[in-house]
Formats: sequence, structure tokens, C-alpha cells
Amino acid sequence: MTAVEHTQTKQGDNVLIEVQNLKMYFPVTSGLLVQRTVGYIKAVDDVSFFVRRGETLGLVGESGCGKTTTGRCILQLYRPTAGTILFDGKDLCSVQGRELRGIRRQMQLIFQDPYSSLDPRMTAGNIIGEPLIVHGLSRDRREYRERVAELLSIVGLNAYMADRFPHEFSGGQRQRIGVARALAVNPQFIVCDEPVSALDVSIQAQIINLLEELQEKLDLTYLFIAHDLSVVRHISDRVAVMYLGHIVEIAERNEIYANPRHPYTQALLSAVPIPDPIIDAQRERILLTGEVPSPLNPPRGCVFHPRCWMATEECQEVIPELREVQTGHWVACMHVPGYGSP
Amino acid sequence: MATLLEVRDLKTHFFTQEGVVKAVDGVSYDLAEGETLGLVGESGCGKSVSALSIMRLIPDPPGKTVGGEVIFDGQDLLKLPDSQMRRVRGKQIAMVFQEPMTSLNPVLSIARQLTESLELHLDMSKPEARREAVRRLAQVGIPDPEHRIKQFPHQFSGGMLQRVMIAMALSCNPKLIIADEPTTALDVTIQAQILELMKHLSREYGVSLIIITHNLGVVARYADRVNIMYAGKIIERGTARDMYRHPSHPYTLGLLHSVPRLDLPRKEKLDPVEGQPPDLMHLPAGCAFRERCRFAIERCAEEIPPLRAVSAGHFSACFAAETLVSRTKEKGA
Repeated sequence: MTAVEHTQTKQGDNVLIEVQNLKMYFPVTSGLLVQRTVGYIKAVDDVSFFVRRGETLGLVGESGCGKTTTGRCILQLYRPTAGTILFDGKDLCSVQGRELRGIRRQMQLIFQDPYSSLDPRMTAGNIIGEPLIVHGLSRDRREYRERVAELLSIVGLNAYMADRFPHEFSGGQRQRIGVARALAVNPQFIVCDEPVSALDVSIQAQIINLLEELQEKLDLTYLFIAHDLSVVRHISDRVAVMYLGHIVEIAERNEIYANPRHPYTQALLSAVPIPDPIIDAQRERILLTGEVPSPLNPPRGCVFHPRCWMATEECQEVIPELREVQTGHWVACMHVPGYGSP
Repeated sequence: MATLLEVRDLKTHFFTQEGVVKAVDGVSYDLAEGETLGLVGESGCGKSVSALSIMRLIPDPPGKTVGGEVIFDGQDLLKLPDSQMRRVRGKQIAMVFQEPMTSLNPVLSIARQLTESLELHLDMSKPEARREAVRRLAQVGIPDPEHRIKQFPHQFSGGMLQRVMIAMALSCNPKLIIADEPTTALDVTIQAQILELMKHLSREYGVSLIIITHNLGVVARYADRVNIMYAGKIIERGTARDMYRHPSHPYTLGLLHSVPRLDLPRKEKLDPVEGQPPDLMHLPAGCAFRERCRFAIERCAEEIPPLRAVSAGHFSACFAAETLVSRTKEKGA
């Protein structure tokens, strides 16, 4: 059974987002006057997964692996090269204009950098209130102001802060404004793109707790994109690991951390230092050699094979598809027991 | 082991139009030969400024090191004339910066940037310096160094550039390397590669290392001793083992508890350090951490708690340090 069939059988299982064979290729052009396409960056290459209503799917991987692009494709900020994205059963890739804007109300984005993602010339109140105006959600001035005050208090800020500008807030407070802006239109689904990685350690936990509380209170569904594996473990129900445009492993949170199957996931987990010198010294460490290859010219076969210690000749030829090796545990590596023949 | 560096009561202040920012305010520590010291704290706590002060690289104005001593190899760096300081910088103390992409010159080849300090400090001829530079690149694990040395920074990946930076830092056989967030801009698997490389090189050549970071995991893995900074002061110091097993300052405890950990069962809820880091221009009287502290008592508002020993080699700047230590010991037992 392939990933696509699997996700399709999950249709009845309260699925909110379903991504099927998503491909996003960015053309690379050359030439001064006449631009010729000389190649494609395969940022996302044949990715399929689903997100259930009310759950958090963690998407991890190193920079350039395509995790942000995947998130932006779902929101239709990039129009995918191929594939379908079903939101509540409706294919987003085929809608445009006014209809798309209507659906976008259901999907919001929280950005990584709270310093560059807020307009420095707008007050916090206007930043949070802008989506209300864009989508025509408040009838009059009073309702607008009440809603902004309500949003501020939801994220743990005070209503009087609406008149302040972004530079008057600390990093953690700014991220709260970003969260309030995303919540303004009452979305069902939020893509959190590295929402805490720009924050200080002591502030990260505050924002993570806030996101969790809001999820419970407002029944939100998250796609949580991050590279910090400990944070992802804390917040996610299921975790997908990406490498060079492909999903290499996807499973329930406890399963993937206790029992990582793909060699890349294993290496990634072992590379995370534990803040305890005694325990850390006892852990087995897999040190990967080499670096992530360029997505402009990805390796043939399994994209991970040049850095993989388990690679065989077969890995250089065949692209392993994502297969279920255990209930709910999907891996794209032909050397994993239970994977079957390639 | 002999002491290589001794920082005594270092004070670096920034004189801005809005007021004086006491970025580093009375920091003292020492570093033995071959030792790796972790300098940990959040943004704005003064960890980078304290390192730049050692190198005398604080932009003046607005910054100025207004007091203290930096005894390196028997001489006070703060009193050296500029010409002599230039001989220390890059030769005896080298730095590795956070963002390799922006700290190398984009219009000069790697060869040019690597050989400069060799020619300047070690009086090498051009061909000699080039041979040495190639050797250094090979040492930090750059494949095909003869070819790569002709290239420019944009032709390297982030991890490779950080290796170039380390090669550059090592080139004149320094006694001390200060690495300011050397892996923050890099991916997890590359971070592991770079830190292993630095640790290996420091062991092999007996170079002392100061690693500045906000990542508690990195420090646990690579540092012998740790200084935790908060609002321009060291609030806890000790061996990495002591610090993680028996944190004796509420801030350290809070930091350790607020990060989710891969090796422990998942907690239902994270335990953040509440509140915001203080504004260095308007520091409250008494302990700077007071407003975020669960253990604060009246005395904390009146006096600044001094750094004092709680056990051999383990120091804390908290009036409640003993209570904290005994609590964590109980838990551990």
C-alpha cells in the first residue's frame, strides 16, 4: 500500500488536511536578457501526509529540507507544481481569487522571526486588527476594538498595549502579537513555522505553553515546523521527518522518538545534546559525515544514501517510497525490517 | 594546570543617549590551560560583550571597558598599547564568530583571508603561508583543500565556512580560542560535527576554549566548567557536572527545567521562567532576577547577592543557594 492509498483510506478518520504527492519545483534561470530555465530546485518532491482535526503534526528537518516550503504550499502562498492539497475535502490547488481568500480565513501562519514579521510602523492593535478588516469581520469600530482587546488578553498581553509599536515589546511579547494576529480570524488550522527558534530559552517554554493552551481552548489544528527535536517532541502528536524534499519517516510521537527507524532520524536524534553531562556522555552518538546535498542536483536513488552508513548499491538506484512498517509508522528506507522488497 | 586567563571585576558599559547600559558589570573568572569554559546566558546578558572586552574589540564610542583586569599569560591586556594588543589578537587569542557567512569577507578568496594572519604574525613568505593554510584546511576536514582555497566564501556551505573560520583561528597556534555561538547558525548534524572538531583540536593542541552559547545541551557535552550570566553578571559558576546535577541559582534551575528534554518522559506542561529579561538600562535595585524568581525574599530587593561558594569550586549569587542545593540533592537521591 502506498502512502497515497493510505491517506485516502484515512479520509473518514477526521482528517483536516491531506497532502497528496505534493511537488514544488522552483525554476533556476540564467541569462541577462532572455531568461532560460536551466534547472529546477526540487524543494518538495512527492510528499504525502495528512493532519487530523485537533492534532499537532510536527515537521522536522534541517535547513533547506523543504519543511517551510511544504507549509507555504498548504497555505497556497506558493502554488504547487504538482499534487493536491485537500482542506476539509476541498482541493486548494484548484481554487483561486475570492474563493481562495475565503478558505484562507481558516488557515493562518505564525512566523519564525518576531522581529521582521511585524510592521514596525503599525501599532500592535492595528497589526492584530488588520485581518479583521481584510476579511470584513467586525461591523463597527467598537466591535473591532473589543475584539482586538480580547485577542490581546487571549495571548497574555494587556489591552492597553494595543497602542504600542513593535519595538516597545520584547521578543516573547512580539511572538504573542504574531499569535494573536493569526487567531484574529478564528482559523481552524495554523502553520507554526519555527515559532520559538528565535526566542530565548526561558521564553520558548512560555510560547509553547501558550500554543498548547490555545489549541485546547479553540480546538486548533497545528502543523508545527521546527528543527529543535526536543521542542517538537513536546508539542506534537505525530512527527514527520524531512530530508532534501522527501519525508523519510512519519509516526506517532512516542513511537518515533523511542524507536526511530530511518538512519537519518536516528542520526538526527543522536546529534541533539542532552543538558546533563553524565547522561549525555552515555548516549550513543552517530556522527554523520558530509553535508546535505544541493536540491538543485539531488543524488540519484535515495537522497540520503551519500551520508548513510547502511547504504548499498540498491540505494543508489531506487528511490524508496514511504511504506508502513508497523501500524502508523511509515519509513522510506529499504533496509528497515518489515519494509519488504524495493 | 596553570592559569591562562584571569578576568577580574571586568566592567564594560555602553554610554548611549538614553543612558548607561551596564552590559558587563563586575565579571570575574579564570581559565586554565587546555580547559573548555562554557559561557551561558540569554540574549543581552553580556556574554558576547564580555568576550569582546577580552579582545578589546568593543566599539568605542559608545562602549567602554571602564574597570577591571584581564590577565592573559601574565600581562594585563587592558593596559597594553594598541600595537602590542594587535600582536595578541589573532596570534595568541583567536575568535570564531557566530555567523560564518557574514564574518568572512565575500570579495576576498579563502586563501587571501587565511594567509593574512600567517604573513602578519608568523612572518611567513607568501608560498609558505599558502602551504600552511592548505595544511590547516585539511586539518579541519575540508576535502580537496588545494582547490578549495582558491574559492570565495559564497562557494562554501555554512558548515564548511565555519570550518574555515576554525582553520583561521587555529592558524597561528593560539593559546586561547573564543567561540561566540559557533554553531547557532548551523543545523543539528553539522553542529555536532563542528563541536566535535573543536573539542578534538583543543585536546590535541592543548588550546583553551571559551564557548559562548545559549544552548545548555552544547555546554553539557563540551564544557569542563560553566559560567551562567544574567543581566551583566555571573550568577553561577561550577563544573558542568555540578551545575546540571545541583543547580544552585533559581535562574539556572529555571533554565534547566524550561527546556523539553529528549531523555526524560514528556511532561504534560513545560515549566517556563516567567516574566521578561530585565532592561539593562533600568535595572532594579538588588538582585536583577528578583522579579522572575520563585524564591525571592525581602533581602533580594535591598542587596545584590554576591557570588559565593556553595561547595568546592561551585559558586552561586543567590541568598537561597543552600536551600536550592539541598532540594535538588534530595530529589536526586
